Amino acid sequence: MERGAQDGSRMNADVRLSVEQVSYAYSPNPSQAPIFTLEATSFQVRPGEIVAVLGPNASGKSTVLRLIAGALQPLSGRILLNGAETHLMEPRARAQKIAMVQQESQLLFPAKVWEFVLQGRHPHGKSLRFENSDDVTIATNALRQVGADHLTDRWMDEISGGEKQRVILARALAQQPVLLLLDEPTLHLDIGAQVDFLHTLKKLTAVNRYAVVIVTHELNLAGEYADQVVLMQKGKCLRVGTPASVYQRDLLEQVFQTRLTVEQRVNGRPKVSVLESSE
Amino acid sequence: MQPLTLSKVAMRCGILALILFVVVVIALKFGAVPVSLYGLAKDLIGLLIGRSSEISSEYGMIVREIRLPRIAMGIFVGASLSVAGTSFQALLRNPLADPYVLGVSYGASVGSILALIIEPHIALRPELAAVFTPLGGFLGAILTITVVFLLGRYRGEIENRTLLLSGVIAGMFLSAIIALLITMLPSSSTRGMTVWLMGDLSTPMPPILGWVLRTGFFAGFALIYLTASDLNLLLAGEKEAMHLGVDIRKVRIVVYLAASALTGLAVSVSGSIGYVGLLVPHVMRLIFGTDYRMLLPAAAFGGAIAVVIADTAARTIAVPSELPVGAVTAIVGAPLFIYLLRRRLA
Repeated sequence: MERGAQDGSRMNADVRLSVEQVSYAYSPNPSQAPIFTLEATSFQVRPGEIVAVLGPNASGKSTVLRLIAGALQPLSGRILLNGAETHLMEPRARAQKIAMVQQESQLLFPAKVWEFVLQGRHPHGKSLRFENSDDVTIATNALRQVGADHLTDRWMDEISGGEKQRVILARALAQQPVLLLLDEPTLHLDIGAQVDFLHTLKKLTAVNRYAVVIVTHELNLAGEYADQVVLMQKGKCLRVGTPASVYQRDLLEQVFQTRLTVEQRVNGRPKVSVLESSE
Repeated sequence: MQPLTLSKVAMRCGILALILFVVVVIALKFGAVPVSLYGLAKDLIGLLIGRSSEISSEYGMIVREIRLPRIAMGIFVGASLSVAGTSFQALLRNPLADPYVLGVSYGASVGSILALIIEPHIALRPELAAVFTPLGGFLGAILTITVVFLLGRYRGEIENRTLLLSGVIAGMFLSAIIALLITMLPSSSTRGMTVWLMGDLSTPMPPILGWVLRTGFFAGFALIYLTASDLNLLLAGEKEAMHLGVDIRKVRIVVYLAASALTGLAVSVSGSIGYVGLLVPHVMRLIFGTDYRMLLPAAAFGGAIAVVIADTAARTIAVPSELPVGAVTAIVGAPLFIYLLRRRLA
């Protein structure tokens, strides 16, 4: 691992997350042929950078995210976070560095917003822990950073979907991670809440220098907010690059199986529109 | 933002301990021989702080030799069942989980009965004979939870609904085994056994067993309590807990084993006392909230209080005969359970 860190720094001092020729195969039963394979995928994420992983359903986006999170072990290749392989880290040490924002399981018992955000402090310290004043300060700051401090004393099940996603993001910030992973964070949000959420994320990424990987279906939001996009289809990584370079009409039409136009705008951010089928 | 602190937990536990003490004093008073409450409390406090070693001689023998050991057993049995139920509810993310639903109690019963049947046929040293039945119950509980655990796995992961159903089916199967064993036994011993199956604290416990029960409870409780923060996150969801640094596999194994051991110990000395592991955690949640760092000790005290009260009722309601304590907890517990269930749905 030490060597990996040195190699990485010689190549590019700035890279925080390095996905190197990572592949994966999933089969429900070891004796059978895998029903899903991810072919060698590589990309890098620098601090302060947002990378969006795009693709249709079953393209392998979420698999990539779970591999990065260390929840799955790559079949080949390796995933290095500051030089250390993520799936080899201890769960607690990993959670001090990597935070995940995802669709939440339903809460079994009601919880207050502040209780929920304090969960983010769990990886720091012993297994049985009582939160101290530092934890409270960090959680309060996290809520303020996502603009949700007015929700502190509300119940989790009485706030709106957009507010909930902000609170979940606040819990991730309370982990004080270096890598932030988001799995379809805007899935159930209306368009205003989507833009609000990504705007906040963009600002925080710049301020706190997180490395961010976000999995999403939203081509235009990714085009607007991501520094790089990774385009995937059926377990293959097709392109990695800036939105402007990856958003080619032919390519997107072939990947998403629909007719569309791509407008390259002056700010360098492409805009995608779906065309009505002509028949 | 006012997170739970250790001193808050300690203070609330102090209040619960006080309530338990009052309940114990009242429970000591009830019985065929009348005893003065004031004198009892004074003597007990003296005993607790080590100032005197004597309880007034008029009723000392009855209180010390009969009522107090029985109440002590009730305390540890109740606390064990309640803590086990609280733990299973977090592990399975199901507020209806308890040692009975998972079949563990039935496994413990089968183990105890088998031990009772075998015991006369093998020559055991007396100190081993005393713990032979509880050992059977303990092994029965561990064996059952292992089988239910394996049946509840799907693709190497625990699937909660499958696990719960496996527990229910295992419980039915084991009840049938119990019925079979009882019909095979000579009729002279079955009446005692039926009472025992319904939960019974009247059989005096050899001192060594009391020691095993106490030590087992404190060890099991400590193991589970060390995972209290992890259990809080597990309640929020498994994938969330994993990403927040919980070693899910380890927590599961530790808590499963410890909770099963607590159940095995409790059932093997007292028989089946139902509803304690299900309802006490519920009531404690209503009072103290869902944080396991507070809930686990509250459940321990609550279980102890509930069983001591139920047992006092069992031995005084129908004087001169005694009811099985499990019948009392079931008569009170079932309607209360329905009430809480309806409340949840509403």
